[in-house]
Amino acid sequence: MPDLLLELFSEEIPARMQRRAAEDLKSAVTNALVERGCTYEAALAFATPRRLALHIVGLPARQPDLREEKKGPRVGAPQQAIDGFLKGAGLSDLSQATIQSDPKKGDFYIAIVERKGSATQDVIAEIMPEIIKTFPWPKSMRWGKLSGEPNALRWVRPLHSIICTFGSETETPEIVPFEIDGIKAGDITYGHRFLAPGPIHVRRFDDYVSKLEAAKVVLSTDRRKDIILHDAKSLAFAQGLELIEDDALLEEVAGLVEWPTVLMGSFEERFLDIPPEVIRATIRANQKCFVLRKAGSNTLANKFLLTSNMIAKDDGATIISGNEKVVRARLSDAKFFWETDLKVKLEDRLEKLKSITFHAKLGTQHQRVERLIALAKELAPLVKADVRKAERAARLCKADLVSEMVGEFPEVQGLMGRYYAQRQGEDASVAIALEDHYKPQGPSDRIPTNPVAIAVALADKIDTLVGFWAIDEKPTGSKDPYALRRAALGVIRIILENTIGLPLLQHHINADLLAFFHERLKVYLRDKGARHDLIDAVLGIDAGNDDLLLVVKRVEALDAFLSTDDGKNLLAGFRRAANILKAEEKKDGVIYQSTFDASLLKEPQEKVLGDILSVATRHAADHVMRQDFAGAMRELASLRPAVDAFFEAILVNAEDAATRKNRLALLAAFREATRTVADFSAIAG
Amino acid sequence: MTDALNPKTSFQGLILTLNRFWAEQGCVVLQPYDMEVGAGTFHPATTLRALGPKPWRAAYVQPSRRPKDGRYGENPNRLQHYYQYQVIMKPSPTNLQDLYLRSLYAIGIDADLHDIRFVEDDWESPTLGAWGLGWECWCDGMEVSQFTYFQQVAGVECSPVAGELTYGLERLAMYVQGVENVYDLNFNGLDGDDRISYGDVFLQAEQEYSRHNFEAANTEMLAQHFKDAEAECKALLDFGAKGERHLMALPAYDQCIKASHLFNLLDARGVISVTERQSYIFRVRELAKACGEAWLKTEGGGA
Repeated sequence: MPDLLLELFSEEIPARMQRRAAEDLKSAVTNALVERGCTYEAALAFATPRRLALHIVGLPARQPDLREEKKGPRVGAPQQAIDGFLKGAGLSDLSQATIQSDPKKGDFYIAIVERKGSATQDVIAEIMPEIIKTFPWPKSMRWGKLSGEPNALRWVRPLHSIICTFGSETETPEIVPFEIDGIKAGDITYGHRFLAPGPIHVRRFDDYVSKLEAAKVVLSTDRRKDIILHDAKSLAFAQGLELIEDDALLEEVAGLVEWPTVLMGSFEERFLDIPPEVIRATIRANQKCFVLRKAGSNTLANKFLLTSNMIAKDDGATIISGNEKVVRARLSDAKFFWETDLKVKLEDRLEKLKSITFHAKLGTQHQRVERLIALAKELAPLVKADVRKAERAARLCKADLVSEMVGEFPEVQGLMGRYYAQRQGEDASVAIALEDHYKPQGPSDRIPTNPVAIAVALADKIDTLVGFWAIDEKPTGSKDPYALRRAALGVIRIILENTIGLPLLQHHINADLLAFFHERLKVYLRDKGARHDLIDAVLGIDAGNDDLLLVVKRVEALDAFLSTDDGKNLLAGFRRAANILKAEEKKDGVIYQSTFDASLLKEPQEKVLGDILSVATRHAADHVMRQDFAGAMRELASLRPAVDAFFEAILVNAEDAATRKNRLALLAAFREATRTVADFSAIAG
Repeated sequence: MTDALNPKTSFQGLILTLNRFWAEQGCVVLQPYDMEVGAGTFHPATTLRALGPKPWRAAYVQPSRRPKDGRYGENPNRLQHYYQYQVIMKPSPTNLQDLYLRSLYAIGIDADLHDIRFVEDDWESPTLGAWGLGWECWCDGMEVSQFTYFQQVAGVECSPVAGELTYGLERLAMYVQGVENVYDLNFNGLDGDDRISYGDVFLQAEQEYSRHNFEAANTEMLAQHFKDAEAECKALLDFGAKGERHLMALPAYDQCIKASHLFNLLDARGVISVTERQSYIFRVRELAKACGEAWLKTEGGGA
């Protein structure tokens, strides 16, 4: 069975796009082949900085033949219909069609169209240009002379050459002939940009991989990663150090080299005074290098590992010294910032916040801090935080924004606040709050657990939400420039994961913003596997639904209740009552209220229901007050025998109008009773 | 080669070597534009010539002013006035990457010894309404150039696409000369008493302009000048738009450049709030777009 080798050779592909692009190429080509009847045994895709490659194993030599029956008009149909049939089936006259008899419909024409399958090679040549032209790069570009033409080819960076060969192991594969914007598919590739730049003639995947390897190109990203990791670890080990592993960085670095060569550089010990996070952030973000720690300790070493793409004539001495120079310059900046920053106390920076606009309509950062102080003090008792510490933390929480370090590396905001607070002898929980009040930054980020940090974190997010709501800058569709969804999710996670009862409506949040919280809560709970309809049922009861912790407890209790027999039957009883009410209310054009007249209840079953209904409702409400939702549900469950008996024996639509009305009111009272825990009408199933 | 012209020992030698190299590739070697700009891209030889169907190849040094980057001459790597070397080739030639690497070789960066890399960096200029895809070019971990295939300039699709190379000359020179402080660069390549350093030429200027940019520049006047430049740009565009052809794209574009620099000065003085900032950028972009459209109606723009 023949194999396909495809390579698209271009200028440097962004590291972050390579893996996805290889997979996209694989699925685009295999899908197009399978659609045309060419199934395959296996497919493997690869990417390096300069190429995407695809190897498809076990394709048929030819596309299977196609046999299709086309039904035509009945014998003796008008000429027009017959002509249309002949044209559609590609026949020149009726003698080429066969006649089929049908007991009901009589005789009619049938055309049997047989299409010979094409050679797979031709199928590939036909599908490739379209696949390349419509390739789903996240961002693509035009280039060169042809870029002025309409429908010019777009690729991630200029595409230079294409390999496309097809054939079995026992024969010399052939070039699949196609051309796209002047680039002809062939069997030539190129090796490493500097170490083996010449053209390489390849036949199939096997010699492709080995010839590339000889030309200093490691085709597989995972193998490049293994090489880097292995070499990094052994270089570290030889120096008594340990690599600080960083998967995201490893993946990126593997996408920047075709021939990874790991080298170790060092920087002056004096830079180790800088907080390790800053050293790591600097070296990682700007230089894409790994940092190291002393074996068996948490102390950073004054070394770093760089991954070059070269085997240099001087064994890398020049490369190392160049990288060291850049690292030194970066760390000098960082050290200067650090030392300059330590000379100024955090509270002395507050004045500067007056010159920073938070948002034109929401004032300066200084005004924002004033709001955070007030809000953190208000929230502190609810989260069991020391009010004075919460106030202090809120006062200082934005001070590091005007520090040199954060000006240079915005990603260390908060973290630097913590360091500076520790250095100036602030209370430990205040220092923690300065870092943690920004958290969580996303669904996987950790949440603050220190009470002072919780108070300031909640204040920070609630102030943001309330502020942007007030100036009508709410998220719309995919647009959320102020990350308000993330802020709301942050509040939700902090509240739920720390089990904090916080009635939002009592803390500056209005009904519209509460609805936004409810939307985010639904998304959050659904991701956790909660039933969507139960969330709606609980949120459908206004009283208490601004306390998100209670909402979740209610959902859990409701879920547990509905899985019991009592719960199921009560739900059935509710539905029966609700359906009757709905029908009668429609008929009468009124909404029945739960104010029934006990003196009009005559039959024992309705009397019993009337009696226990008011008791059970009151008890259920008491349980809800105590946040004992399971207890409230038990109370409602106690109604079940009475409800069942009522429906068994009582005709709601009694002849006597007053009796009928009173019975409907009784049902309305039952409906109302269920609303002490949830809106049962929202429950599905 | 004398020391004065050696790109590895002389700042001016580096510039002259690049001029010679790109002249050999058919570029017209232009002189800097005689206005204050933030980058070589603002030179009309790039911004306007990148638009329209006519082929174009140019190379030039452009003094670039970034008022906010001033450090009173105290930072070894940051300047509020520095030099960019700019190359623009339209349409982008197939071997532009190779040409770039050969230019590095010409100034003494031997690919056998160094680790040269093309690292993703998508370029965007909100004030010019321009974007392109390309890379930062790294030499041993240091960014020494910016390499961009322009896709859009002044809000207009580039057709055909131009390739742009921008070398940060001071940084490149520091690397090839092996110095760690920009003011220590040898400017004229000579030794002893004859040696003139970058600091001899520019240190005082950095100190004075830092004071100017951060402390002294009259912000009311700058704001007024911004308005004036904006109004003049629009007036010139109107004046030149009387017939089929546009008659005043270049003078109008000068006013756009002016507005852009005035905005940078106001920004350095710290008197622009976050939202105002957006509005200033938007206003400059609108000027750039209008100038780009006008350019397309001139002979140079292919009309």
